[in-house]
Amino acid sequence: MDGVHDMGGMHGMGPVNPEDESDPVFHAEWEKRVFAINNAIGPLKIRSIDESRHARERMKPALYLSSSYYQIWLDGLERILSEKGILTVEELAREARPEPITLSTGSKMAPDQVDAFLDKGGYFLREEGKAARFKVGDLVRGRNIHPPGHTRLPSYARGKQGEIVADYGLHVFADSNAHGSEDPQHLYSVRFSSTELWGADGTEGDYIYIDLWDDHLEAIS
Amino acid sequence: MGHNHKHDEPPSDTVLRVKTLESLLVEKGLIDPKTLDAIVDRYENRVGPQNGKAVVAKAWSDPDYLSRLREDGTKAIAELGFSGAGGEEIVVVENTNKVHNVVVCTLCSCYPWPVLGLPPVWYKSAPYRSRVVREPRKVLEEFGTHIPKETEVRVWDSTAEMRYLVIPRRPEGTEGWSEEDLQKLVTRDSMIGVTEAKRPGEEEAA
Repeated sequence: MDGVHDMGGMHGMGPVNPEDESDPVFHAEWEKRVFAINNAIGPLKIRSIDESRHARERMKPALYLSSSYYQIWLDGLERILSEKGILTVEELAREARPEPITLSTGSKMAPDQVDAFLDKGGYFLREEGKAARFKVGDLVRGRNIHPPGHTRLPSYARGKQGEIVADYGLHVFADSNAHGSEDPQHLYSVRFSSTELWGADGTEGDYIYIDLWDDHLEAIS
Repeated sequence: MGHNHKHDEPPSDTVLRVKTLESLLVEKGLIDPKTLDAIVDRYENRVGPQNGKAVVAKAWSDPDYLSRLREDGTKAIAELGFSGAGGEEIVVVENTNKVHNVVVCTLCSCYPWPVLGLPPVWYKSAPYRSRVVREPRKVLEEFGTHIPKETEVRVWDSTAEMRYLVIPRRPEGTEGWSEEDLQKLVTRDSMIGVTEAKRPGEEEAA
């Protein structure tokens, strides 16, 4: 979706405010809980990482821009868990007594399983999927697409020419996985020159590397 | 502006919503509050930039390790016990006299958790995400980092599940230093690529 989350190249966002490295990991107790809930529900297999990203992107644009990042996560959690039938808007508003869930889920993460689960993480490589249309060294163009759903093709790369510099193999395709299908295909590192992306405002000799899937690209004939 | 908030008190509405969400999920039998405590403890105390510092210091000291890192970053980093969520596949990119690398996630907040822990606020903020792909040199200047004209800047936009760890240049005057001492020169920001490693004499007290 062409949303405000797709920020690459936008103007007007102001200066970066660097933080001291001794700053705390979390800046409030509630941030810790949001972060931890988001991770703890992983093994329940209620939603995929791409569904959760897409849920965050659908926050109202004005709110997205005025929220801290963990507020965006909170909004995304409430949205995806309601959509998946885990909880209701009325329950979230404390207007209804919590009802037991009727869906079957994976098992709950126990406190002593935290490190095992998180040391393992997810796994996004697949054995089978679409054949690669491109190889290292090929010149490609980011497709000019504007899907209303999730996409990991940033708008600033669309219609722009780049070169495949690495093939990372068959990966779950985020754009599809956010909508329920893995559609594995090759993931590439694509190098775009700064001047191709930004014209005269770019810098000759500088490059931007973007990870893009096969379906994001078209051959340059 | 943007989501650059740091120390502001959150609206009590947010606090209330988080409490409601947690208690609903506990009541429905989906999460255990002690699990949440353990997750927070992991990222506050055990998984953070100290992991990446160990990787970089070893890469600076051990040419065989550096070649393994180049060949398969994920595997070489796992040798030191760092792996998993938020960094299932890690690629190292090396700064040299000719190339300076810097990492961003323009679409959200992707960051190599196993080696750097959780991202700082500025990394997830609208200013950094919007600007560093278009004017990286200017953004780096704001971090006090001047990149000479002849050095190529490479910006890595983490749009998939690949995560990037910058190996900063080894500072001059550190010949013969132990890995332990070298680690003190490596900073979180130098592994994101917005700064260089510290020079001898600039390291913080351990």
